[in-house]
Parts: sequence; structure tokens; C-alpha cells
Amino acid sequence: MTQYIIRRIFWAIPVLFMVILVTFVMARALPGGPFDFAGDRSLPESVRKNLARKYNLDDPLAVQFAKYMADVLRGDLGPSFRSRSQTVNDILAQSFPISFQLGILSIILGLLIGIPAGVVAAINHNGFLDYFSSFIAILGVSIPNIVLGPFLIWLVGLKLGWLPVARWGADYTEFYFGIIPPLTSVDFWTHAILPTITIGTGLSAGIARLTRASLLQVIREDYIRTARAKGLPSWAVIFIHALKNALIPVVTILGPMFAAVVTGSFVVEQIFGLPGMGRHFVQSVTNRDYPVVLGASLVYAVLLVLANLFVDIAYAFLDPRIRYD
Amino acid sequence: MTASASPVAQKAIEAAKRGRSPLADTFRQFRKNRVAMLSTVFLILLVLVAVFTDTFVFTLFTGEKPEPLLAPYHYSEANFIYVNAPPMTRTDDGQLYLLGTDYLGRDILSRTLYGTRISLAVAFVAATVSLIIGLIYGLISGYSRPAIDNLMMRTVDFLYGFPIIIFIILMQVYFKSLSRRGEGGLADVLINIDKAMGGMFFLFIAIGMLNWLGMARIARGQTLSYKQKEFVEAARSVGATNLRIMGKHLLPNILGPCIVAETLAIPGYIFLEAFLSFIGLGVNPPTPSWGLMISEAYPALRTYPHQLFVPAIALTLTTLAFNFMGDGLRDAFDPRLRGEG
Repeated sequence: MTQYIIRRIFWAIPVLFMVILVTFVMARALPGGPFDFAGDRSLPESVRKNLARKYNLDDPLAVQFAKYMADVLRGDLGPSFRSRSQTVNDILAQSFPISFQLGILSIILGLLIGIPAGVVAAINHNGFLDYFSSFIAILGVSIPNIVLGPFLIWLVGLKLGWLPVARWGADYTEFYFGIIPPLTSVDFWTHAILPTITIGTGLSAGIARLTRASLLQVIREDYIRTARAKGLPSWAVIFIHALKNALIPVVTILGPMFAAVVTGSFVVEQIFGLPGMGRHFVQSVTNRDYPVVLGASLVYAVLLVLANLFVDIAYAFLDPRIRYD
Repeated sequence: MTASASPVAQKAIEAAKRGRSPLADTFRQFRKNRVAMLSTVFLILLVLVAVFTDTFVFTLFTGEKPEPLLAPYHYSEANFIYVNAPPMTRTDDGQLYLLGTDYLGRDILSRTLYGTRISLAVAFVAATVSLIIGLIYGLISGYSRPAIDNLMMRTVDFLYGFPIIIFIILMQVYFKSLSRRGEGGLADVLINIDKAMGGMFFLFIAIGMLNWLGMARIARGQTLSYKQKEFVEAARSVGATNLRIMGKHLLPNILGPCIVAETLAIPGYIFLEAFLSFIGLGVNPPTPSWGLMISEAYPALRTYPHQLFVPAIALTLTTLAFNFMGDGLRDAFDPRLRGEG
């Protein structure tokens, strides 16, 4: 098992390297540069040359890439071209926790709604509740974030005036260990509710469908028949014997789901004006702020790699029949 | 005899016993699902709306400018006197804006109707591109020797580690700035195609090219489960070439599940287009896409919420219909799969 994990981690190195390389090449292939300001703000040629020299932009691409890689290996993602006072490390340290917290909260909400809904549907297999919850689940996965987000803002934020409609309720100076939000702060929660619901609804629908399908399969197993035969009440059969096994697929998709939520939260961050990674990424691409583009891509890639690793390890731990040698 | 027949052939045999063709059998199964049927009817209507929104099909070969047909107005026709008009506005010279106008005085109903084109085009083109690439890749991978199969699947695993959305965004930014500057040569040809399509062409490339990974995995899994079966053995023993076995014997059997999976992936493509248009990297304004309309209406959400709700409802109904239809198709193609996922 340990060997397997180590092998998988080594396998991640070429993936990460390729992500950096491809992003590097693609970012540089974009026409225009970071210091091309139009109109009155355009810079004199000499200033541009100096800036290019300062950020090594006048070196051949291969040399630039080598220098960048050397910095990355030391844990330095470079300066930001646009906000001179901040390094990419600073920007990511401020914005990643927000995307991270939003992702975790959404997944928790998705689980809280999705698992009970899936269980209810499976228990009432082909009954009214089953069809009803399947219907709601399809409805849930069909409403896009760019529809649900503005709708919630309009209804809850503007019409009813219950909740704030923009910004995140806490900033990086208030995060514990740089990542955990101030959980006792009312401001944090009121700001988090709407974006969390926006993402969490779709997730809960997916989780409900998966839970239902998996539970339906498990309750046909022999050991469930045994449990019933020895006279256990049906709630005990479902919750103690069946659910434990039925949740294996659910647990294993949490990794990729989390990665997908964090890497895909561009829209929700845009709608709710959250200063998370997605917004920084889109802005940095438009500004040709190469180091921020690369840094954000790297974080996303690391997340994806960790998520895929998580799936395999979770499988091995949860299902002892699976062995990796 | 039945034991060595391929599943498609088996289905045909069973259906023939009951005096129906297998396709008719599947269709019968599908028709029983009322929600799925309703969704299909809705989607067919949507296709008709997309085609007949203006006289595009009739003027295709005559070179005339298309006139609005179903839509009351052209999507970029702006009435500066009636900006942000509420629904059911009638102007002094008798024009009717059924669903109001947007911040430039353009008819929202017309723009929404024109918008069906973008969403449906993205849905079908992206799905077709990813289905074709994925099918061929998965079929070859599953059918090849383990060494090649392994290599091809590791490549897919490798690409799975890539943050696809980032590459889509980078590609779109690249294409956009390309079409703003002009390059010359082949690039110019592509840019002109893209311009003629209101920025859709590059969107197709970006979305379709990067979404075939899942399809490749499904196609490979299906191929693996069939290639050891007797009917493949039988075909090989009478001297069928590999190409023939893949095309004639394996493809028809794996096609059903792959099409179903692709149908269920379509809402994702529609979301992606809407999302890209929302952040300004989708179609070129003034081409109306629902995502673009939502993003334009968003700043005025407090004062003119209906400007956002109209395209939002259209978008939701469309993805809903695709999901219900995909669900129904899955049940009809393979009743054993019912309720699994």
C-alpha cells in the first residue's frame, strides 16, 4: 500500500511538469504582453524594455522556462506583473482559502441533502418517494449555477433582503492557519450561505443519485438477506449494514468532486464577487499576468492530482477486497 | 445459436420473435416514459425554433440577408427610445415588445429565440466531436494488445490530471485575440469562419476537443467486455479483418451506451458555453447567447429582473429536457441499467 502511494506520487510529477509546460507555452502564445497598455496609459518603449529585462521577459523562452521552474522548485511562484506589491504566493495565499472554504461548505451541504434523499429513494424503490426524489435530483443537476446564483440573489438578497449578496464574510487575515475561516463569525456565515447553496444544490442531486443506485445494489447482497433473516429491524439493516457499504462510491467521488468544485467555481465567484482563485485566474489571463496564470494552474493541477490519488487510497481503505501491489 | 450472437443480434432475435425490430422495441420502451417523451417533443420544437427563427435556411444559397421569421425582430435591432422596457410594451408606432427590451433597447424575446441556435449548436457539435474522437480512441485502445491499450489509457489518465477548464479559457483567449488582430494564411480562413458564425466556431473546437476523455474510457470499457465474446471469435475465424471486426461487430454493440452517456453529457456543454459567454469568452456580441444575455442582464438584476429570467428559464428548460431525455434513453436502451445512476 505504502509503495503504491509512493509510486502514485511519483507518477504525479510528470503530470504537474506537463501542466506547467503546456500552460507556460499557451500563456506565452497569447498575443499581447503584460505591459501593453492602450491609449494614455501606454508605456514608452524604454520603460517597456526595462520592465521586460527586470522580469526576464527578454530571455529566450526556454531560458525563461528553466528559470521559472527553478523558482517553482524552491516554492517561489514569482512576482505578479499587475499588482507590484504582491507576489503570486501572496495572491494565492489570500484567494485559495476562499475557494477552498466554499468548496468544503458546498460538499458538506451536498452530503447533508444528498445522502438522506438517496436513502429515502432507495428504500421506496419504484415508489412515489423514489420517483419524486429522482425528479427533484434531475431538476437539481439541470439548473445551471449562472441561473441559480442570480435567482437566489434576487429572491433572498434583494426581494426579501435577508442575506448579503456579495463578497466573502472574512478575509485571509482572519483565517486560522491561513485556511480555516472564523466559524463563530456571523458575518462569515451570512455571506457564505447563498454561494454554498448555489453550488451545493447540484452536488446534492448528484450525490443522491449515486447513493440511491449504490444502495439498491447493496441491498441485493447475501449479507443483507442474512441480516434480515436474523430478525434485525429494517432501519438497522439499512443504516448499519447496507449504508456502510453503499457509501463507498460516494466517498470515492468526493475527491474529484471537490477538485471540480474548486476549479469550477469561476462562475459563482464572479456572480457573488468573491475574491477567490477563479476570479484571479480569469483576470490574470486577460491581463497577461503570466506568473499568476501559471501559479493558479499549478494549484488546480495539484488539487486534481491529489483528488485522483484520494480516490484510489479511499478505495483501498474502505474496501479491503481491493489490494494494490 | 443465441449464445454466440452479439447482444445487438440477440436483441434483434428477441424482437423478431415478438414481430418487432429492435429499434422499434427500444422506441416502444422509450415512449412509455412520459417525461422523456415530453422532453423530446420540447427539444424537437426547440430545434424548429432554432432553424426557423429567421429565414436563414431559405436564403442560404441565394445570398440574401436572412429576415426574422419566428422572432419579431432581428437580434441586434435596437430601439433607443424604448430601452429597458417592461414586458408587453407597445410603442407609439405600434411595435410590440412581448418580453420587454434590454439595456440597448433590443427585443428580449427575439434574442432568446435566436439564442436557441447557439446552445443547440454547441450541444450537437461538441457532443458529436467528443463522441467521434472518444469512440475511435476507446475502440482502438480496447481492441489493441494490452501494451498499446495500457499506453493509450495512461495517456487518458495523464490528461485527466489536467485542469481542462483552464485550457479552455486559455484557448478561448487565444482565439479571441487572434480574431481581433488577424494573422494571415490558414489562420485567417479559420478566423473568417469564426466571425461568420458569431464566434461559435472556436467555441466548438475548444469544448469538443477537450471533452472526449470520459467517452474514450466508456468506449474502451464496453469494447473490453465484448471483444472476448463468441461473436467476435466467430467473425475472426471466418477471416474478418481487425478494421471490419471493430467497425461491423463491435461498434454497433457499444454505440448505444456511448450515445446515452453522450446525451447525458450535453447539459455540461451547454453550461460550459453559457459560462464562457458569461465571463466574456464565449460568442462575440451582439450574437445572442443565453449566457451572454444573463451576464448583460446581471448588473441590472435589482431593477429589471425579467431581463435575466427569460434567458435563464430558457437555459434551464433546455438542460432539463436533455437530462430527462438522456435518462429515458438509458432506460430504453438497456432496461437492466434502470435506476443505476
